[in-house]
Amino acid sequence: MISNVGNQPVVNAVNIHKSFKEVKALDGVDLEIKPSQFTAVLGPNGAGKTTLVEIIEGIQFPDKGDIRLFGKHWKHNKDKLHHLIGISLQETLFEDKLTVRETLRLFASFYELTEKRVDEILDMVNLQEKHRSYVVHLSGGQRQKLALGIALINNPMLLILDEPTTGLDPTARREIWDILRGLKKNQGTSMILTTHYMEEAESLCDQIVIMDKGKVLARGTLDELISASQTNEIIQFKLAGQKNVPDFNKFINVKEMKYDELTDQFILHVANTSEFLPILIRYLNEAGCKVSELRCRYVSLDDIFVQMTGRKLTDNTLGI
Amino acid sequence: MRSQFWQLLSIQFKEFFREPGALFWSFIFPILMSFGLGMAFKDKPEILQHAAIVIPANADSSKLKNFLDLKCKKIHNKNNEYEFILDNKKLGKTIDHFFVRTREESDVMIKRGQASIILAENKGIVNYFFDPANSESRLAYLTISGILNGKSSISNPDEIQTLNRKGMRYIDFLIPGLLAMGIMSSCLWGICYSLIEKRSKKLLRRLVATPMKKSWFMITMFMSRFIFTLLETLALLVFSMLVFGVTIQGSWLAFAAILISGSFFFMGLSILLASRTANTQVGNGLISSITMPLMLLSGVFFSYSNFPDFIIPVIKYLPLTLFADSLRSIFNEGSGMNTVMLPFLILTTTGIAAFFAGLKIYKWN
Repeated sequence: MISNVGNQPVVNAVNIHKSFKEVKALDGVDLEIKPSQFTAVLGPNGAGKTTLVEIIEGIQFPDKGDIRLFGKHWKHNKDKLHHLIGISLQETLFEDKLTVRETLRLFASFYELTEKRVDEILDMVNLQEKHRSYVVHLSGGQRQKLALGIALINNPMLLILDEPTTGLDPTARREIWDILRGLKKNQGTSMILTTHYMEEAESLCDQIVIMDKGKVLARGTLDELISASQTNEIIQFKLAGQKNVPDFNKFINVKEMKYDELTDQFILHVANTSEFLPILIRYLNEAGCKVSELRCRYVSLDDIFVQMTGRKLTDNTLGI
Repeated sequence: MRSQFWQLLSIQFKEFFREPGALFWSFIFPILMSFGLGMAFKDKPEILQHAAIVIPANADSSKLKNFLDLKCKKIHNKNNEYEFILDNKKLGKTIDHFFVRTREESDVMIKRGQASIILAENKGIVNYFFDPANSESRLAYLTISGILNGKSSISNPDEIQTLNRKGMRYIDFLIPGLLAMGIMSSCLWGICYSLIEKRSKKLLRRLVATPMKKSWFMITMFMSRFIFTLLETLALLVFSMLVFGVTIQGSWLAFAAILISGSFFFMGLSILLASRTANTQVGNGLISSITMPLMLLSGVFFSYSNFPDFIIPVIKYLPLTLFADSLRSIFNEGSGMNTVMLPFLILTTTGIAAFFAGLKIYKWN
């Protein structure tokens, strides 16, 4: 085993490039994950998240660049590193006619673990009542919990989860989040999580990495990303009765104005909502516009992502 | 907890025995097939021949009309349908069923496979219309023309000596072919398809992201499949011995050696075919494209000697032919190891070569 992991980065990826035929999946990506740090890698389909994660997992190898886990390269350290990481791949289907316990027992045997560890995992992921159920009879959420249980079976120092809650209902998603929060609190595990869900990244992770088209666009804590954005307050509303689209850019307070044709909403990034809102209302009244669905809020990760890429996270393009 | 080797082996058994479909196709289906075919060819069979007859307009002087009225029996409750039975105590019954139809209706019957020959009359001469490439039609022609020419029995029963000693019956020909086909199907679907499915479900990728020993994964898959093929073989063998009295007249050692070499070949081929195939639809087509021609060409159900001469030397060296012919010679001709040494070596070495070639290019991700 690798001893004395210490404070060295759990993952240190430098200038990673990877192409599939003509498609550049990763184009000079850097990533560092510290011990006990939870990192979310955000991006729409085709951003290169899965390729990055698979390179970290040792399933794929970069065309160019250097990747180390716990200071070690995958080459010559495969067995050691497999003992240190836990993986949940995107949409893995386990054998239908094996029970939950048998599936966990199989994976436990790869790490020479005992039945006691299987019971611990069943407790941890709340699948005790289903331990005799065939995998084929599990719900989507229960299958994801099983996948998470398998990822945790060797008590990994680094947990790598590729879209662990995609397709789950909000209740099942929150159950997974609770398990992950427990790990962070009690075991000091490091984690990389790829996701489409801003809320997941906001709720669970210390470091957020935003990717698009194979590049890292921004990284930092949620606060750092919001601070780095031009404004952190938003006023959004619908207008009825206006003949021409008003030009809100003439106000000094408005840093950016957008009109979302899909929702028929105006979105104003402003410096100070409490100062600007009375001015805005007065202006619209005088212009004879009727305001509806007025909402004031702070900038979200979604807004930052749209600002950076011009696309929404949920935009579907080619998955890489 | 048991080691990963035993865990890997035990999941193979659990997956197999918990899948009713797998049990049916592996154990029940071959037995049902051998029973059905064995019974069909066991006793003196009734041969049923269907012929359409076109009666000419001036029916009074028609040779065919006279034949139907005077020699045949009208079938009760059926309009314009007649029957003529040829009985032979050695060969069994040959029943000729005649349908009186217009020429157009007769053609439709041929197209639909409802009749194999058409009889029509032209200036007092009976004409026979049939496809000479169809052996059933040719047999119908020989029989019916004989009857119309006044031959009321096929031959003298005393000159016929039936061959029904063990090893010379159809069931003795069939069972070794079914055993070989069963092993081929079991290996290709059980290993090749199963590996492709595991890859398409990303399970292989998940497994190799652990410290699992890949060699143990493959070995346990082979071991379990070999045990399943032995059980399948045993079930069919015991059934055919008890129900049809099939025996292995040759060497049991040669039987075991050929069984192992045939299994090795198809297991090795399975790894090679599964090595790069990414999804089950392609896998399905790939396996069918191997098994279907082999089943048709290699004489599993009927001898391949009816194929054109130029292709027979090729057929003889197809893997399923080597396997089935070797089993037949052990079952029915009393062959030993010396006789089957060449097929044994060919199947074993090519199987091992396919296995290592498959492993060399095997894609775990």
